[in-house]
Amino acid sequence: MQAVANGLKPEGVTHVQLCRVAGLCMPVLSWAGNWLKTSRVIMVTAGSLGLSACDTGILAPSGPVGSAEKQILIDSLGIMLSIVVPVIIATIAFAWWYRASNKRAHYLPDWEYSGRIEMVVWGIPLLVIMLLGGVAWIGSHDLDPAKPLASKQKPLDIQVVSLDWKWLFIYPDQKIASVNLLTVPAGVPIHLSLTSASVMSAFFIPRLGSMIYTMNGMTTQLNLEADQTGVFHGLSSHYNGDGFADMNFEAHAVSREDFNGWVQTAASGENTDLDAQSYRELAKQTIHVAPAMFKLRDTSLFQSIVMQKLPPGPGPAPSVSPRIGG
Amino acid sequence: MFGKLSWAAIPFDQPIPMITSATVAFAIIGILAWITFKGYLPYLWREWITSVDHKRIGVMYTILAMVMLLRGFTDAIMMRTQQALAFNAPGFLPPEHYDQVFSAHGTIMIFFVAMPFVIGLMNFVVPLQLGVRDVAFPTLNSVGFWLTATGALLVNISLGIGEFARTGWLPYPPLSELTYSPGVGVDYYLWSIQISGIGTLMTGINLVTTILKVRAPGMTYLRMPMFCWTALASNLLIVAAFPILTATLAMLTLDRYLGFHFFTNEAGGNVMMFMNLIWAWGHPEVYILILPAFGIFSEVISTFSGKPLFGYRSMVAATMVICLLSFTVWLHHFFTMGAGADVNAIFGIASMIIAVPTGVKVFNWLFTMYGGRIRFTTPILWSIGFMITFVIGGMTGVLLAVPPADFLLHNSLFLVAHFHNVIIGGVLFGAFAGYTYWFPKAFGFKLDERLGKVAFWCWIIGFYIAFMPLYVLGFLGMTRRMQHYDVPEWHPWTIVAAGGAALILCGIIFQIAQLVYSIKHREELRDVTGDPWDGRSLEWATASPPPVFNFAFLPRVTDTDPYWRMKHGSSGQNQPDEELSYEAIEMPRNSPTGFICAFFATIMGFSLIWHIWWLVIVSAVGAYATFVVFAWRDRDEDLIPAETVAKMDRANRDARGASLHELSLTS
Repeated sequence: MQAVANGLKPEGVTHVQLCRVAGLCMPVLSWAGNWLKTSRVIMVTAGSLGLSACDTGILAPSGPVGSAEKQILIDSLGIMLSIVVPVIIATIAFAWWYRASNKRAHYLPDWEYSGRIEMVVWGIPLLVIMLLGGVAWIGSHDLDPAKPLASKQKPLDIQVVSLDWKWLFIYPDQKIASVNLLTVPAGVPIHLSLTSASVMSAFFIPRLGSMIYTMNGMTTQLNLEADQTGVFHGLSSHYNGDGFADMNFEAHAVSREDFNGWVQTAASGENTDLDAQSYRELAKQTIHVAPAMFKLRDTSLFQSIVMQKLPPGPGPAPSVSPRIGG
Repeated sequence: MFGKLSWAAIPFDQPIPMITSATVAFAIIGILAWITFKGYLPYLWREWITSVDHKRIGVMYTILAMVMLLRGFTDAIMMRTQQALAFNAPGFLPPEHYDQVFSAHGTIMIFFVAMPFVIGLMNFVVPLQLGVRDVAFPTLNSVGFWLTATGALLVNISLGIGEFARTGWLPYPPLSELTYSPGVGVDYYLWSIQISGIGTLMTGINLVTTILKVRAPGMTYLRMPMFCWTALASNLLIVAAFPILTATLAMLTLDRYLGFHFFTNEAGGNVMMFMNLIWAWGHPEVYILILPAFGIFSEVISTFSGKPLFGYRSMVAATMVICLLSFTVWLHHFFTMGAGADVNAIFGIASMIIAVPTGVKVFNWLFTMYGGRIRFTTPILWSIGFMITFVIGGMTGVLLAVPPADFLLHNSLFLVAHFHNVIIGGVLFGAFAGYTYWFPKAFGFKLDERLGKVAFWCWIIGFYIAFMPLYVLGFLGMTRRMQHYDVPEWHPWTIVAAGGAALILCGIIFQIAQLVYSIKHREELRDVTGDPWDGRSLEWATASPPPVFNFAFLPRVTDTDPYWRMKHGSSGQNQPDEELSYEAIEMPRNSPTGFICAFFATIMGFSLIWHIWWLVIVSAVGAYATFVVFAWRDRDEDLIPAETVAKMDRANRDARGASLHELSLTS
């Protein structure tokens, strides 16, 4: 898959169609795979052949976090399918065989207890859950969003503020900021500190992994990395009001050189200054905001927002009507 | 004089709510006029509105649920259509309307469809299965129902007067605070849920008391039918969890009305506290809904397999384990809040553990069918459809309980698909199974099987077509509640999902057709035996519909499946008629208390929403006065004379005997 930093979508029509068909086949393939008792191998293959061929979504990860989480997802699904599929088949089989009209089926009108079966029916789910519990315990610790990623590179710090209804990305070390446009160097761990300027939102780039809430007066931590260059869809994954559907951004993972170039473009030229004054303007409710870049004048801006030195967003303008927009 | 209420409150500029609310208003006026004109009003008032009979109240709960299902489903169709259309386009619903639609859909489906449906069935069935004459507090039962109806009414008033919440079905602050939601929408939500929540709490107390204290002689705990056990667990959860909801919403109300700062951004308010509290209620809530459904499936599978429930004690244990564990998992609703690895892992594992007793239940239903003689009636179709669908929903639920997987899937359409998978595939299928199963008990005739089966197939196929694409959309990174989007890969799946919703619509149409057809052909579908399905528990031991006193003689219970054992002659209760000596029976007197209280509660809720303070005071005094009048009543019971009891019971015994005789001749 070629990577373009200028925002052009890399896929052609045939590719999209292919991945749709493959996506449709995936559950069927995995089902069949289980039936053949080689569930894990075939399912993982089917999974990667299927939806991974697409360039959207969580099954096409493009970073270590997303990949690890996808692996856990597929593993857990495999473990559970090994019990769910037989149960479904048994349900249909029992119901069919013991139909009232089947003269060959034995009728056991008083059979209501069997210690052995009881032990098995408590035992099987218990064993599955013990296995899955282990996956969950290890996974939660390895993939804790706040845990720094293992890398030789020094992480890049980015501060993220969710506003009504746009994303503000502050690069404190580069002294720049951008709205609805996230540019990061590929192969470099990114350390994000996130807060909200008004209501709760959630920051999510499906192909990079982990989402996390943003809340006013609080900071959440998230560590991500893009393996390769590319353009990824980012969004708010927590409903936050009327402008919610337009609160999207493009995340560009670019080479080190391109990143430096981008920083220079942002820092120079006729871009506006971002300080307390212009931030207040930005905090007002707006919908469908075009990407923009800023020179960061006040490097403590993020702290001021978190500590509420800068007040939370004002919300909708006061109206006489009891219905908004009415 | 009228607070915030003015002509501007009515959305004259928006055709969709205007036309809908006008249609609903005309329909209500039309029905009321027809009832009055035909002279049915005194009958309705005497026999239904003021009734404290648990069977009548159960039926009214169920009717409320079904009517509200139509409303909630209309919202669903609108959302599916909007998302199918809104690829790179605005669709037909602007955000401020779409946001109300999904908020109303969730609120209505949980509080005014699922809840009244399961509560209605519990109300109707539990006293009959326990072999008793009524619930512990009959008038409280009526109050509970009418307060629920008040909540439903207020939600629907918001359609035409003002607006509904635009915050989602759980109003997360600070979006639901005055700063970000200054309209009356959230207030409509708060007061309708508060009022109906109090009704639900009353029902919970009532049914817990009934099951613990009012049982037929010999009906020990471990002889109770499975449905009574699940009803007990569910109502214990109501009693424990609903006060949390009331308190949480009261805090939000204080924020909005009196400038408190529980959950605001400013002055030390904390949104995380709201999320913890609301889910401390919210997670038990899903078990409040699903446990009675589990009970229904247990009854239906056992009855139509012609076998006792496999592993009864194991099932009881599993039910009570679920009941306890449901309070220990609430944090899995917000793994993505950054709580840290230990906390997330512990709550993830706790959530998975619930899958163990649930898995046990599925296996036990499976082994109940094993060795059975299964009659494929509509109720068992719903049950088998449930077993297949629910294990898929359970699996995706456990997947979401793995925190790293949840980091990818939280709030996505995968999550939406998961909870519809368990709520439709579990609660709703259970409610439909129960509705078809107990309908002949309530009305004395069966529902048409043919139309019922067609409806079932439409529902289940429609369900898969509507919700499997949502799982895929979750994998494709689509988040919930999107009014429009511009990702091309999502579009085909939203179109397929809309097609599924259309098929579900066909299912609903067939269900309505089934009801209408069955009422028209009720004589052909008549059940005179009181036991149309060859049942096993005590509700089948009495006439259909049961007399007001349920049982002329309280049955004596010696084991599980008591009616089955009576029929098969092991307990010797089929004494000849001449030996029976009938006695007069005291039954609670009908009372309009519930209806009048709810009448004042509706006015009070409405005037609180619109800040009409004088009316709040007037209606609060009115509601309290109603209660005082009730508390000072002189007579609270009517005596049904022995002759009447004898006449009613003999008629039933004769009919039953005749038809049993006929059956034995034909077979």
